[in-house]
Amino acid sequence: MTSSTRAPFEYAPAPESRSIVTIAPSYGLFVDGEFVDGSGEPLKTVNPATEEVLTEVATGTSADVDRAVRAARKAFEKTWGPMRPADRGKYLFRIARLLQERAREFAVLESLDNGKPIRESRDVDVPLAAAHFFYHAGWADKLEHAGLGPDPRPLGVAGQVIPWNFPLLMLAWKVAPALATGNTVVLKPAETTPLTALLFAEVCRQADLPPGVVNIVTGAGETGRAVVEHEDVDKVAFTGSTEVGRSIARAVAGTQKKLTLELGGKAANIVFDDAPIDQAVEGIVQGIFFNQGHVCCAGSRLLVQESIHDEVIASLQRRIGTLRVGDPLDKNTDIGAINSAEQLARIRELSDIGEAEGAQRWQPACELPERGYWFPPTVFTDVSPAHRIARDEVFGPVLSVLTFRTPDEAVAKANNTTYGLSAGIWSEKGSRILKIADQLRAGVVWANTFNKFDPTSPFGGYKQSGYGREGGRHGLAAYLESTR
Amino acid sequence: MTGMTHVLDPGALSDDARALAAPTPPYDDVTRSDSAFRAFLHGLPGVDQVGAEARVAQLGTRSIKTTSKAWAIDTAISMVDLTTLEGADTPGKVRSLAAKARRPDPSDPTTPQVAAVCVYGDLAGVARDALGDSGIHVAAVATAFPSGRASRAVKIADVQDAVANGADEIDMVIDRGAFLSGRYLDVYEEIVAVKEACGDAHLKVILETGELVTLDNVRRASWIAMLAGGDFIKTSTGKVSPAATLPVGLVMLEAVRDFRAATGRQVGFKPAGGIRTTKDAIKHLVLINETVGPDWLDPDWFRFGASSLLNDLLLQRQKLRTGHYSGPDYVTVD
Repeated sequence: MTSSTRAPFEYAPAPESRSIVTIAPSYGLFVDGEFVDGSGEPLKTVNPATEEVLTEVATGTSADVDRAVRAARKAFEKTWGPMRPADRGKYLFRIARLLQERAREFAVLESLDNGKPIRESRDVDVPLAAAHFFYHAGWADKLEHAGLGPDPRPLGVAGQVIPWNFPLLMLAWKVAPALATGNTVVLKPAETTPLTALLFAEVCRQADLPPGVVNIVTGAGETGRAVVEHEDVDKVAFTGSTEVGRSIARAVAGTQKKLTLELGGKAANIVFDDAPIDQAVEGIVQGIFFNQGHVCCAGSRLLVQESIHDEVIASLQRRIGTLRVGDPLDKNTDIGAINSAEQLARIRELSDIGEAEGAQRWQPACELPERGYWFPPTVFTDVSPAHRIARDEVFGPVLSVLTFRTPDEAVAKANNTTYGLSAGIWSEKGSRILKIADQLRAGVVWANTFNKFDPTSPFGGYKQSGYGREGGRHGLAAYLESTR
Repeated sequence: MTGMTHVLDPGALSDDARALAAPTPPYDDVTRSDSAFRAFLHGLPGVDQVGAEARVAQLGTRSIKTTSKAWAIDTAISMVDLTTLEGADTPGKVRSLAAKARRPDPSDPTTPQVAAVCVYGDLAGVARDALGDSGIHVAAVATAFPSGRASRAVKIADVQDAVANGADEIDMVIDRGAFLSGRYLDVYEEIVAVKEACGDAHLKVILETGELVTLDNVRRASWIAMLAGGDFIKTSTGKVSPAATLPVGLVMLEAVRDFRAATGRQVGFKPAGGIRTTKDAIKHLVLINETVGPDWLDPDWFRFGASSLLNDLLLQRQKLRTGHYSGPDYVTVD
């Protein structure tokens, strides 16, 4: 067997320049078109790759939220609501173009605040965020053709609470459809990742968006609760954990508010023995290690046909060994930092439970940076459906491998979860893909690919993964009163 | 945060302990009949074209700068099969190419030599004489290159002639007509016969992937060539477009990787045709590095079949050295 004595092909550092983005020493809330102080104790936001404090961000209290909701109500009644739909579309097109023009700035800031690799923020998060605004801009003056009756009406003020895994992209998923349908917005970004939302506030000003149409109130859980529970909010949209989603559903119950929830997942990625193995391995990697596994639709349960289990696992481990870990701003980084100490602790805890329950943990022997929050890509084999790592959402780079023998067993195991957000099927046989896709209880089913998103395609879950859809024509319904 | 990112496991691609457990040599009986061979080849895992394209697109975003770029350029130069395959080729043209192969950049003696000069068989002797003891190989295309449309006897004679003229590497073409009509065993047997005719010369098997079209075909043809004893598998003649695309390269590299894991024998890979710029070359080096690893990052196991690529590599090399771009007059015409 040949073993090479040549120098390995080292990739010199290729960091994206930080200088493109200016981070102020502190940030206020964005209310009624102005940056204003918050009344609460400010939060520090850190770079999870280094634990360096990036800046201080205001905390909105319920009084601040009230001001924001009143600004949004006024804008809904005086400017945004009465505006010609085609003109609303123009603002959205303008925002979309500004996102593209300032794409590098957004990408760098997102990677700094979130810890995700610049390759992903540059190639996925920011372009998709712009695409959502472009897509919905097109809808603004065509809503009567959305299949929701001849004259669908906006709901009013939308209170939106978004997670830390895709800060800008989740903002786009929430804000673009809300504005296109004529609603105004009070948005609360996640406490660990508020910075791109605040940069987006600047873009709203640059686009001359009328004051009050978009309001951004930063803070932690209490601020989010104030947004959700405010009585003048007509619509609540939340993306985040099932636990918080449940408490929001309780808070909203019995009110007039419309609610959409996009919660957790424990997706099955099913690999049949006739799959294109090399591409399936790529898809498994993309499914669970994309964004450090901080993805609600992550393919966290690999269901692999028993006859090819060893081959697939060997290929997968080899491929994982080639992932590059380190500085999120380096253009060659594949795996960045875990977003927070809290999340890292949860990933560690669940992984330890996995081992204690008898699953086999595999991690590449690797060095991780000393500072910051890091967790190596992890594969658990010998996982049984009864193990917690097969049931609980880890929300980290941890894959649980289960096996199946027949298509029926694959479907039964895939559906045996309290969630139902997404699933993947790998097979070269088209008829099998169509049949299995039909039987899976998941909002999104990918065939021979994974974690692909598009603004035209509705996204949302079954069961404890939430309700309502975002994106596509279906997503518009969540922000409109049908007149049918 | 400073310093390099690094791969999680530098040994991941060389670690054969993790390779598929298969007996060596496990494929003795797959060529026992047409139907057995067909069943074997069609039993290889399929290739999803969209997924393969996505993978190479992702690898295409690797940013290779400064010291890595300098390393990559020199490595790429040392892997070039400097090629001329024209009807108008003359001894003079071949001698001029050989001189360039020995000293690619007259202004900088630190520039590495290329790996080989690649010519038609009748000019192999001229190349041999001109290259002398430089250590540069003489590769000759043979077997009724580029179409391969001749009888087996003629193809064998073509190979023997090139070897007799001094070629130590033979670039043969497979019978695509036989492949596309499903006569896989014919393709296999012809490669076996050519390999025998090569004697000590290394055999590179050209699949002409632009005529095979699908990536499933590329994978099957790669296995035929490896099973038949090819030392290298090569994408294209350079006479058919598309030639060496990155998805094709990915599939062929997966094939040599899997073949070594299963049999213990390492087979080289040569993309040829359509690689004209340093950027293209670096993308291929990244593809090798992250698909099969450093074991293949060596002129013994990887070659670029190219003519105009060398000058672009030299221009980029001068740029790294001097800090500014020169121009086409600062490198030699072939």
